[in-house]
Amino acid sequence: MDLLAWMGWTTPTAIFFISIAVTLVIMIIWGIKSPQTPRVGILRFETTPGDRLFISLLGSAFICLGWLAFFGAPIWEGLIACVFYAGAVFKWV
Amino acid sequence: MKKTPNQKAWFMVLPVLLLVAFSAIIPLMTVVNYSVQDTFGNNEFFWVGLEWFEEILHSERIHDALGRQALFTLIILSIEIPLGIFVALHMPKKNGLWSSLCLVLVALPLLIPWNVVGTIWQIFGRIDIGLLGYTLDKMGFDYNYTQDSFAAWATIIIMDVWHWTSLVVLLSYAGLKSIPDAYYQAAKIDQASRWSIFRYIELPKMKGVLLIAVLLRFMDSFMIYTEPFVVTGGGPGNATTFLSIDLVKMAIGQFDLGPAAAFSLIYFLVILLISWVFYTIMVHSDKEAG
Repeated sequence: MDLLAWMGWTTPTAIFFISIAVTLVIMIIWGIKSPQTPRVGILRFETTPGDRLFISLLGSAFICLGWLAFFGAPIWEGLIACVFYAGAVFKWV
Repeated sequence: MKKTPNQKAWFMVLPVLLLVAFSAIIPLMTVVNYSVQDTFGNNEFFWVGLEWFEEILHSERIHDALGRQALFTLIILSIEIPLGIFVALHMPKKNGLWSSLCLVLVALPLLIPWNVVGTIWQIFGRIDIGLLGYTLDKMGFDYNYTQDSFAAWATIIIMDVWHWTSLVVLLSYAGLKSIPDAYYQAAKIDQASRWSIFRYIELPKMKGVLLIAVLLRFMDSFMIYTEPFVVTGGGPGNATTFLSIDLVKMAIGQFDLGPAAAFSLIYFLVILLISWVFYTIMVHSDKEAG
């Protein structure tokens, strides 16, 4: 693993990237199994499931940063808020 | 007509994907890894969790740099966009030698590399040998960009306007050229004023290209590094230390790779968010229009 030593991998960051990769794979399989047409949600513009995933991930990053700024580490509650936020995005956006 | 699904085109994208992975995704992953650790070199890392992020989020130095950055971007956008439109409106519309000459002249600053632009203005603004600095000094203005914050800001803003307004001009000009003559003829029949033609024909038709211009100028000015680094080096004091200058100081000057990684991730997220908003507006307005 000397080849990857410069990247400074840690278990939490590996879990983080693996979960994003898994989510992408799930989204691809979901898209193939039941293709969805873009729909217009509360943001009043068309979104595909991929767009909603992007909005969820980007929004979650800011929720975590906000949590960290106001309440400090750990951010477990912030992560729970992110899950609810992502659910809301997939349902209504 | 029913299309047969063919996924072979994905193989065409594969080389780009590999290239992006090599040049962007892997480095980005590395930055994420660094942001949760402390390192003193030699590939030795110490886990610190989210400490760097907390430190950056509460750092007054970063807040100040962000404020300066936002102000800079706001100022140059509010100058370059209207000025670019104004120049484009006054460029010759008919194809010919004159319009080609204008286009070449306008495009010239865009061909000059960032560090050369910085060097040109660094010398141009010097009060001992620079044409601008010497002239202003002799005219009695108290201009010295190495000591006075206002002069430093003015120099950098004028330099950026000089360098990048051309981009807005070229985009606006392309937008203007694509307006069919029939619109102008209709406006003439209605005896529309010059302002009405601009407000109801030219501006709506330029909307798409102007959004691209704003997006490009926003991203570029929000990440500006080379020119202010060459001209002022972030000074006097910290007066022109924008986010990227501060980031480089932190990462390379102080070798604080962990905090710098956390800083760059937050920086990246802010740019990603604003660019996404612009992009969505752009695509959305295109769909509405067409």
